[in-house]
Amino acid sequence: MKRVGLLAAIPEGSRERLMELGREVSFPVDARIFEEGSRADRFWLIRTGTVNLDIHVPGRRAAVVETLGEGRLLGWSWLCPPHQWHLGAEAASPVRAWEFSAAEVLALCARDHELDHALLTYVVEVIGRRLRAARTRLLDLYGPYGSGSDQ
Amino acid sequence: MTAVPLPYRVVGNRAETTDTRTVELLPVGDGALPAFRPGQFAMLYAFGVGEIPVSVAGLRDGVLTHTIRGVGAVSRALCAVRPGAHVGVRGPFGTGWDLATAAGRDLLVVAGGIGLAPLRPLVQAVVSMPHRHGRLNVLIGARTPEDLLYRDELEGWARPYCGVTVDRAGTDWRGQVGVVTTLLDQATFTPHDTTAFVCGPEVMIRATARELLHRGVPARHIRVSLERNMHCATGHCGHCQLGPLLLCRDGPVVGYDRAQPLLAVREL
Amino acid sequence: MTAVAVPPDADSPACVLDGEGVGALVRELRARGRTVIGPTVRDGAVVLAELESADELPYGWGVELEAGHYRIRRRSDTAAFAHSAGPQSWKNFLHPERVRQWSADRGPDGGVTVRAERPEPTSFAFLGVRPCDLRAIQIQDRVMTGGRHRDDAYEERRSGAFLVLVECTEPGATCFCVSMGTGPAAQPGYDLALTEVLDSAGHRFLARAGTARGAEVLRSLPRRPADDVTRTRAREDVEAAAGRMGRTMPPVDLRALMADSLTAERWDDVAARCLTCGNCTMACPTCFCTTTEDVTDLTGDHAERWRRWESCYDLDFTHLPGGSVRTSPRSRYRQWLTHKLGTWWDQFDSSGCVGCGRCLVWCPVAIDITEEAHALHQEALDRRAGGKDEAP
Repeated sequence: MKRVGLLAAIPEGSRERLMELGREVSFPVDARIFEEGSRADRFWLIRTGTVNLDIHVPGRRAAVVETLGEGRLLGWSWLCPPHQWHLGAEAASPVRAWEFSAAEVLALCARDHELDHALLTYVVEVIGRRLRAARTRLLDLYGPYGSGSDQ
Repeated sequence: MTAVPLPYRVVGNRAETTDTRTVELLPVGDGALPAFRPGQFAMLYAFGVGEIPVSVAGLRDGVLTHTIRGVGAVSRALCAVRPGAHVGVRGPFGTGWDLATAAGRDLLVVAGGIGLAPLRPLVQAVVSMPHRHGRLNVLIGARTPEDLLYRDELEGWARPYCGVTVDRAGTDWRGQVGVVTTLLDQATFTPHDTTAFVCGPEVMIRATARELLHRGVPARHIRVSLERNMHCATGHCGHCQLGPLLLCRDGPVVGYDRAQPLLAVREL
Repeated sequence: MTAVAVPPDADSPACVLDGEGVGALVRELRARGRTVIGPTVRDGAVVLAELESADELPYGWGVELEAGHYRIRRRSDTAAFAHSAGPQSWKNFLHPERVRQWSADRGPDGGVTVRAERPEPTSFAFLGVRPCDLRAIQIQDRVMTGGRHRDDAYEERRSGAFLVLVECTEPGATCFCVSMGTGPAAQPGYDLALTEVLDSAGHRFLARAGTARGAEVLRSLPRRPADDVTRTRAREDVEAAAGRMGRTMPPVDLRALMADSLTAERWDDVAARCLTCGNCTMACPTCFCTTTEDVTDLTGDHAERWRRWESCYDLDFTHLPGGSVRTSPRSRYRQWLTHKLGTWWDQFDSSGCVGCGRCLVWCPVAIDITEEAHALHQEALDRRAGGKDEAP
């Protein structure tokens, strides 16, 4: 696997220890990976394929709010209370990923402070990036007036 | 001399989305304007209403093609033209995408919204001469699936990759959702040997260029198409200034090595 | 563009015209079918207007200039050209405020015919072009006809214009042509150049031709060979004028200063005073910006395209579908000044300022372009001293 994203952000040594905890998993297209509100006790690094994050809308098919591709971190709700997924995730294509148990990783972090810091920094970066993207989309840049008003 | 509009006849007008139409034009008489290059623009005159700059969105078979979004008096009038009617055309104006200087390189085409229109003749040119360049990646960001332009053509543009992402999707959209830069993860290109062509709203251009620079595409190989108010298109009216640039003459396509410091200054 | 230049002292040696010689010059130019435009006193100002005779020149009038201040005043002598720039410039004639560019008609079948406006052949003679204003004309030449797209109508008016330059011997308190390298002495580009001399030996003009057509006109006037006293007096008066500039620009590369000043704090200071009225752009002899108006008649089948002056201070100047780019007065003043002194070089390979001082004089709140440039220079020096701008 290319050392991009999380793996590039973690110092050598720590990286190997973290990867020892990773399990190779795969999901067929349309597989539900997790559901909104359920217990967030793991996370994934996407190796190939894309995953849609969605929000359940009563009476309709779930609305996709963001797509994650190769090399991206899937899931960060495991890191903070209430440890519940706030979105659902579905494989938009066949997906191969590394899966990590939150409990195992947090236990490793308690012993490896370098890993702890690098992981937390990386997750904050990911959240910041997704927040920026969401705010950019809020601008409705491709709207008729380029997010300005009709004058 | 291009001071006076030349009458062109409308030979086609089809809807792309609810507010955007593609209009096809042929010269009325024997005289035609000089050939346009991808990335250049024309001044289109709606009789009695006014004139606006519009990039060429297609050049095949001598048909001058423009995709126009009806957001103002002139653009609405141009969207409403019926086949057979006359439209005044001046041009060609401005710098093009300058595809020739990207020979042999990987190509990255990044479009946001109506910004896909000026990139379409570029992509068509690349697809028609497949051995002249490296890999072609076309990355398209749209507002919603319904706002996507040229839907029927996109499949043929994947050499090897053509991806679409939308800002907001209904429940029947099975494609990607997110900002256009997220598609870069799926594109295959060698950054230092890539020429990027970027068109869209300025915020999108800046975000895309930032990401491309981060990935190692040199600033001078990132070409962006910029928009400012234009009246004359001949360098005489002064409206389209962006610092040292007169965008009707020195643009609309500008290397990001020149554009970056200018776009960084607010209200320049 | 201009007629063929000849070495001024070769086949048309300098000569002297007496006061009556200028009268003969106006008659001769009119006899050749030219519309003579020159300075004359009207409505409390020295304006540029058509002259039927040299009697209409502002003999004995001077001007009192300051930032935001213009008054004409009686002089103790009868000099005709002892006034500096007035509210207009030659662009009012070469690049008029409002011109029709073309008309279009729609036939019953929906077909559109467009007709270019054929400008009426004009044959101007400009009498009393100051060296700074000659440079301004040459700067507008570059803008309108120096690029890939040429403005034919401008070119027609310009190539038909006969330029009688008058060297500057009485600069105003708002003048800084020496800083801009444009005056007060004549520089090439004129058809005829005059220097007004007024002393105990009488009222006369040292004259020389800069072009063949200038020499031809000069030969037809009553004149005498230039004498040493007149030559010396003319040279001394112009040299003295160079030493009496009311203003200066900071002695630095203004283009570089502007490029380095885009985020200067001084813009906030000037924005607090600037009314964004655009007077400076209307009075400036090089400001060329225009907008277009499309009009139709009542039938809707006849349409016209008009072009009129517009100012970069107008809020709509940078209008895009989402709104205007330059909404703050700060950004609009900055655009004007950095364009005039800086980016004009990038666009047209020269400065856009000639040092005529009109923008100071006609500013209702007395904003002084030279004072602003000095302040930006000082701020740049302070920044450098503070180490903020230093390269690592």
